[in-house]
Amino acid sequence: MVKGTRDMTDGTPQARPAEPAKAPRGQAAGRAVENWVSHGRRRLRAGEVGSLPVILVLAVVWITFQSLNSNFLSPRNLSNLSVDIVGTGLIAVGIVFVLLLGELDLSVGSISGLAAAIFAVLSVDNGVPEWLALIIAVLAGTAAGTVQGYSFARTRVPAFVVTLAGLLTWSGLMLYILGTRGTINLDENGLVAKLTSYYFTDDAVAYGLAALAAGLVFLVSFLDRQRRQAAGMQHRSLQVIALRAGALAVIAFTVAYLLNRFQGLPLALLIFLVVVAGLDVLLRRTHYGRQIYALGGSVEAARRASLHVTRVQTAVLAVSGTMAAVGGLFLASRITSVSQSSGSGVLLLNAIAAAVIGGTSLFGGRGSTWSAVLGMLVIQSIASGMAITDTPVAVQFMITGGVLFAAVVIDALSRRSQEAHGRA
Amino acid sequence: MSAAPLLSLHGVCKRYGAVEVLIDIDLEIRAGQVVALLGDNGAGKSTLIKVISGVTPADRGEIRWEGRPVHIRRPSDARELGIATVFQDLALCGNLDVVGNLFLGREIRRFGFLDEMEMERRTVQLLERLTRGVPELRAPVVALSSGQRQTVAIARSLLGGPRLLLLDEPTAALGLQQTTEVLDLVDELRDRGLGVLLISHNMGDVKALADRAVVLRLGRNNGFFDVNTVSQEQIISSITGATENEPRRPAHQEAAW
Repeated sequence: MVKGTRDMTDGTPQARPAEPAKAPRGQAAGRAVENWVSHGRRRLRAGEVGSLPVILVLAVVWITFQSLNSNFLSPRNLSNLSVDIVGTGLIAVGIVFVLLLGELDLSVGSISGLAAAIFAVLSVDNGVPEWLALIIAVLAGTAAGTVQGYSFARTRVPAFVVTLAGLLTWSGLMLYILGTRGTINLDENGLVAKLTSYYFTDDAVAYGLAALAAGLVFLVSFLDRQRRQAAGMQHRSLQVIALRAGALAVIAFTVAYLLNRFQGLPLALLIFLVVVAGLDVLLRRTHYGRQIYALGGSVEAARRASLHVTRVQTAVLAVSGTMAAVGGLFLASRITSVSQSSGSGVLLLNAIAAAVIGGTSLFGGRGSTWSAVLGMLVIQSIASGMAITDTPVAVQFMITGGVLFAAVVIDALSRRSQEAHGRA
Repeated sequence: MSAAPLLSLHGVCKRYGAVEVLIDIDLEIRAGQVVALLGDNGAGKSTLIKVISGVTPADRGEIRWEGRPVHIRRPSDARELGIATVFQDLALCGNLDVVGNLFLGREIRRFGFLDEMEMERRTVQLLERLTRGVPELRAPVVALSSGQRQTVAIARSLLGGPRLLLLDEPTAALGLQQTTEVLDLVDELRDRGLGVLLISHNMGDVKALADRAVVLRLGRNNGFFDVNTVSQEQIISSITGATENEPRRPAHQEAAW
């Protein structure tokens, strides 16, 4: 998790009332960093590696390709990268939900193709307005996911089997809907095409949103701190809060600066980040999300705690179907066409790999939607770097495979170390 | 004659496929009373706990809550009546932290979002009452020691202000000091008027704590005892099956209990 580090090592105000005031400013800030670092170390030893490995991998990938070709980190390439990650990334967000249950959804590729086909046939062939066709296509994804989710929840057949049947069914349905047509070209100026071709050319948009995001994070943690302090509970120090918001601001403004040097903030990236952040809040800050995590920890424990297991399982696969449909429309938007090969190929594998590389556990119960962003950045950076340096696709597959393997190993090791920590 | 018992079971049966696990079980628990549920391995103790807590509902038989017939078909039914359970396997979600486990299924919300602060505050209050070694609240439960996990499970059962507490071997995984803490807690709960059904293999604990003992053998009632007047040997011989001449049912329930 990018912003998941909690600092509970600060004393309560009663414990150390005057210390921060007495210490010089620099020293206090230094201690806050120290606290943060030592807390991070403790979490690492306990097996909570979070998003640290994927950030390291990303750094290595970027440094490598930048040294091979200095165009790699150019604003133009990074801007394209930021749009290329969106389609598959949105599908990967849905996969994160399913992985949190400790299950797998193999149908997302087919559902994304199906949704794109439904949209294309409705809007291009039958003259349905684009906004209506878009809603119908997304709801079709929701419906497909709900059917699978309900069957999985009721029959208790593992989700990967149910969705394997779905994979075949939905791709069959897509071919049926497309009929004998090969490729349907979408309206270049239509709503869906705009999803990935629209840029906020005004510099102020990107900078404003960067400031808004950092400010919002600061405000929320500051208000939480005030409330905790008023209740006499453990709370983060102001320095740590400022440090976190500051770090986020630096990242956000760097991204905004780079994007503005090309065409401005891409609409697709904005939608992606808003969806990821919104669903992250849903997962970690609402009781809906808490139920999903609980089911990933222990279905039986969740059932005994009076949770509606069937309902939650169905809903999770419905979310993954919905996200697959949305992602499919973004992928269609990127190439402004839909064909029989939409949603096929490595799409499904990339979406699953992205979630896992980003740090969401295959064993369920651990992960966040941000791992879809980080994982997709790694996968797409490798793809883009390979393209820039004229490396064959074969090598790209092998390298991505190696990264995925490393991610799975780290996941398994961190899980084991967590359990060992418990026995000690 | 006192008021109706908090919980009474009459002729409760449960079968798993062809195996009859519980046959015509009778049981009564009154408020302010600790009832020990005894029996050898496979006698049906844990199954009976699961029947009462709604995890595996009874096939037949009558369950009365304060004299009124009730149906306990799922865990939420039991929870609504005021029955809380500490299961033998604790039934915790290892990936959630202490606060998350305690409030699972009854999270406190503020403006629609989880109120982590309030939940954490109440968790601290509750845990400080229960134990000296308060575990780290934000660590995933899988990273806690088994004794700490036991404390979390017990704390969770107390959270909703239950009226009947079912404890399935609550001290099996605990060291000496924590065992004492748990037993003291059971004592305190009884004084506050809760009913407690306690499964334990430790006859010392049973003698020290329980008011009544109910013995199961091979899925049937095999004796009802007043712990204060009956010798330990009598209870043990009933558990092992050496004696089957104890009254299968309390003959005059009101008088005997």
